[in-house]
Amino acid sequence: MPTSLVQNESILALEVGAAVTRAVLFDVVEGQYRFVAAGQAPTTAEAPFKDIGIGVREAIESLQSVTNSKILAPDRNLIAPSQADGSGVDAVVATISAGPAVKTVIVGLLNNVSLKSARRLAESTYSRVVDSLDLSDQRRPDAQLDGIVRSRPDLVILTGGTDGGASRSILRMLEAVGLACYLMPMEKRPMVLYAGNQNLANDVQEMLGGHAGKLEISYNVRPSLETEDLGPASRELAGLVTKLRQRQIKGVDELYTWAGGNLLPTAYAQGRMIRFLSRLYESSRGLLSVNIGASATSVAAGFSGELTLGTYPQFGLGESLGGLLQFTELDDIMRWLPLDISPNIVREYLSQKSLYPSALPATRDEQAISQALARQVLFLAVRALQKDFPASVRASRTELMPPLDLILAGGGVISDGVSLGQSLLLLLDAIQPVGIMPILIDQNNLLPLLGVAGERNNYLPVQVIDSGAFIGLGTVISVVASASYGDQILRARLTYGDGTEARADVKFGGLEILPLPSGQSARLSLAPVSRADAGLGAGRSGSIQVTGGALGVVIDARGRPLMLPPDPVRRRELIKKWYYTVGG
Amino acid sequence: MLAPVLHILPLATIVRERTLPVAGKVSARLDQRVSPTDVVAEANYAREHVLLDVARAFGISANAADKLIKVNQGDRLPQDALIAEARGMFARPIKAPRPGRVMVAGGGQVLMEVGDARIELRAGMPGVVTQILPERGVVIRTVGALIQGTWGNGRIDNGMMVNLLEKPDAVLAPDRLDINKRGSVILGGHVRDAETLRAAAELPVRGLILSSMLSSLLPTAVQMRFPILVVDGFGAMPMNTASFNLLTSNNGREVTVNAEPFDRYNGNPPEVIIPLPVSSDPPEPNAYVPFAVGQRVRMRRSPNAGMLGTVASLPAGLSLLPSGLRALAGEVKLENSATVLVPLVNLEVVG
Repeated sequence: MPTSLVQNESILALEVGAAVTRAVLFDVVEGQYRFVAAGQAPTTAEAPFKDIGIGVREAIESLQSVTNSKILAPDRNLIAPSQADGSGVDAVVATISAGPAVKTVIVGLLNNVSLKSARRLAESTYSRVVDSLDLSDQRRPDAQLDGIVRSRPDLVILTGGTDGGASRSILRMLEAVGLACYLMPMEKRPMVLYAGNQNLANDVQEMLGGHAGKLEISYNVRPSLETEDLGPASRELAGLVTKLRQRQIKGVDELYTWAGGNLLPTAYAQGRMIRFLSRLYESSRGLLSVNIGASATSVAAGFSGELTLGTYPQFGLGESLGGLLQFTELDDIMRWLPLDISPNIVREYLSQKSLYPSALPATRDEQAISQALARQVLFLAVRALQKDFPASVRASRTELMPPLDLILAGGGVISDGVSLGQSLLLLLDAIQPVGIMPILIDQNNLLPLLGVAGERNNYLPVQVIDSGAFIGLGTVISVVASASYGDQILRARLTYGDGTEARADVKFGGLEILPLPSGQSARLSLAPVSRADAGLGAGRSGSIQVTGGALGVVIDARGRPLMLPPDPVRRRELIKKWYYTVGG
Repeated sequence: MLAPVLHILPLATIVRERTLPVAGKVSARLDQRVSPTDVVAEANYAREHVLLDVARAFGISANAADKLIKVNQGDRLPQDALIAEARGMFARPIKAPRPGRVMVAGGGQVLMEVGDARIELRAGMPGVVTQILPERGVVIRTVGALIQGTWGNGRIDNGMMVNLLEKPDAVLAPDRLDINKRGSVILGGHVRDAETLRAAAELPVRGLILSSMLSSLLPTAVQMRFPILVVDGFGAMPMNTASFNLLTSNNGREVTVNAEPFDRYNGNPPEVIIPLPVSSDPPEPNAYVPFAVGQRVRMRRSPNAGMLGTVASLPAGLSLLPSGLRALAGEVKLENSATVLVPLVNLEVVG
C-alpha cells in the first residue's frame, strides 16, 4: 500500500522476547508519528503457559491501562482496524526473539570463504551452529551424513561457489544434505536456505525441494571471491526463522496473522534499522546498537550504510547462562563485581537463573551479579562482532574499537536498570568505545519495532526517532593514552550557551562528568597532555559542539583497553568509585 | 498478572503424553491399564549409515553403475550380501559391510542404514491409556500425588521411595546409601559432592529426589543412569516444606521419578508421581492462575529461594525492590513470619 494511504494509521507493535512481551502503540500526533505508550507482561512461550498469545494479550491489556484505550474486544480478540469510537488499531507489526536457539548446520566449499559467509549468515539470527561441512572435512561421506542426522538441525545453510563457478563439489554437498533430510522424520526435517552458486538453483530445487522441511533459494552470499553480500540471504533467513517459530511455539501463527505477515526476528529488525539509520544519517564512522536480552545478546553495526549483525544466543541472560562458562572464565565475570561475592554464589546464580530466565534480581548482591554478567556477555558479543567489521573500518590499534558516531543500547538489563548512570557505566565497561560519541538508551526497546514498522510505513521510524523516543545519556569522550594511574592526560573546558564554563583536569584512570542537561548543547575544548587521543587525533587539541543528556559530558579516561587492578580489594574500591561518579 | 502454578498436590488427576522421539508402532490399546514398566510403543532407528559409491568403485558413470546394482530400496540385507557386481574376470563385487536395510539405491550409489537400534517407550507411570497418538505414543491418565521439581538429569524410573530426609535442610552423604537401599528411589536432601551420586550409582538406586544440588555436580549428574530430580534448585537450599511434607508422608510407596529432558516449550517440568487409590477422580490442576491475595507461593530466587509463603498484598504499580529495580511485586508473608517484597516474576503459586 502506498505510504500516503496509510499515513494516519495507528500501529500496534508487539515484541515477544524470551522473558518479556512488549506492546507499543505508535500513532499520528499533530501530523507526525509518535511513540504513544508501552505495556508489558511476562512472555508465556514456555511451560506452564506454552502459548505466546497469553502474554501478548496481557501486554496489550497493560498498554490499554496506560493509554485508557480499548484494543482488545471483550472476547480478547484484537480490534482491527480502528473503529469510529476510537477503539482498536489499524495495523499490527511484531518481532520475536523467544524460542530455543536455532540448531544450524552450515555448509560451504572453502573454510575461509563461503563457509565463513555461511557462519556470518547464521550469526545474523538466533543460531547455534551444531555441525559444518566444507571441502576440508576429512570425514567419510556417510560419517558426514550421520553427523547431520545426529545433530537434528532446525536449519541448514548451504553456500559455496561463485556464480557460474564450481558446481561438482557443491552438488556432492547438496547430495549429502538431501540424503540427511530424507533420513529424518518428515516432521523434523530442517529448513534449508541455499545461498550459493546461482547457476545451480534448479539442481537445488530438484535435489532438496522434496526433502527439506522448507527450501528457500536466495542470492549468492559470495557472488565472487572478493564480494560478500549477506543482505538478501539474511532476509530469506529471517523468513525461515519466523516460520520455524510458527512450527515450534504455539501462538506465533496467530501473531503472524494479526501482523499480516509483518513478523520478523527481533535481531533482524534491529539490524535493518541500524542499516537504515547508517544510510539516513550518512554516518562516516559507525553506528553501534546493542541489545542484551534473555534469549541472546545482539549487536548491530552500521558503517557507511553497510550492516554487520551478530546475534549470540550463547550470550543471552536467560536459559543459556547455564552454559556461559563454556565461553568465558568465571574470573572474567567476577572482575566486574563491585561487591565481595564468592565465586560459588556466582556459579549457582548462573544455574538458578537459567531455570527461571524471567526472574529479576531482588537483592543488591544479585543485582551486582546481574550487572557483572551483562558486562561480560556484552564484552564477548561486541568482540565477536568486531572480527566481522568491514575491512575498511580500522581501529587505531587492533585491540581497540574503531571510532563510532553513536551507540544505542537496549534490552531489559539496560532499560530496566537501577539508574541511567549504572547503564552508562555498563556500556562503557563492556564496549570500551574510543573517541567522541553520544550514547542513547532505548528504554522501551523500540528499535527493532521501528525496524519492522518501517516495512509498513517508512516515515514512521524517522518521525518517531526525531520525536525523541530514545533517552540521551550524554556525549562520551573516551581517551586513549599511555600513562600511569593518576597522571594528567587531558584538560577539558565546556563553554555553555550563556558563556559560563565548566573545567576538568582529567587524570588517567578516572571518570569525569561535566554537567550538560538534555536538549542543550555546548562547546567542548579538549587539550590532551602529551600524546593522549581524546578523539581528535593523538596529541591533538580542538573544540567541538556537544549535546547534553541525562549524565552530561562524560570523559572516560580509564584507559583502552580497560585494565582492571588484579588485586580484588583495590579493584572493587575502584569500581565503587566509578559507580559513585556516575550517580550510584 | 498471571502466575505459573507449581504443582505440589496430595491428590490430582494427572494426564501425561508419552511419545517416541521418532515414528514407530504403538502397542498399547485404548483404555488399557498400564504399569510404569509396560512398553507402550516401540521404534527402530538406525544408529549409522553406510554410503557405497558403486560408480566410483567401478570407475564408471552413475547410470552404468545403476544397472549393476542388485538391491532395491527397502531390502533388508545380511552382512556380505551382494550389492553390485561388475562384469569381467577380475572385477570385485561390492558387498554389504554390515547387516542393514537399503534406504536409497540410485545415482550410482547405495545408502544403507546399519546398526539398527530399538527404542522401547515405557509407560513411565501407572494409569489408563486415554488416547492413542498414532505412530508416536499414548496419553496416560492416573490419579495420585504430584510433586514438580526444577531440574532433572534426563532419566525416568520408578520404585519404592525410601526416605532419608529427616528435615528439609538435611544433607545426603554417601554413607547413608547402604546396601538396603538398593533398587529404591531415595528421598534425599542437599547433595554437595560427587561421591554421593557415585555411591547411589554403585548400589544402584532407581532414583534420587533431592532438595538441591551444587551446580558443579551437573556434569556428573547427567552421566548417571538413574533419574535425579532436584526439587528446589542449585546451591545449598532446603526442600520447600510442602514438597517435604508430601514426599515424607508417602514414604514406602511406589513412585515414578520423571526427570526426562524438559522441553520448555511443549513439555512438563520434572516431576514425582505417586499413584494413589481413590473413589472419585479429583480435577486436573490449573497450569496458571491470576495472582491473588491469600495464595500460597514459592520463591524462585534468592533471598529465601525455595521458601513458601502467602501473598499478603499486591501493591498497585511498580514497587522499589532492595536491588534498586522497580517491578510489579507482592508482599509475601513467609513461613518464618517475616514479610518480604518479592517481584511477581520471582514467584510461583503452589497448588
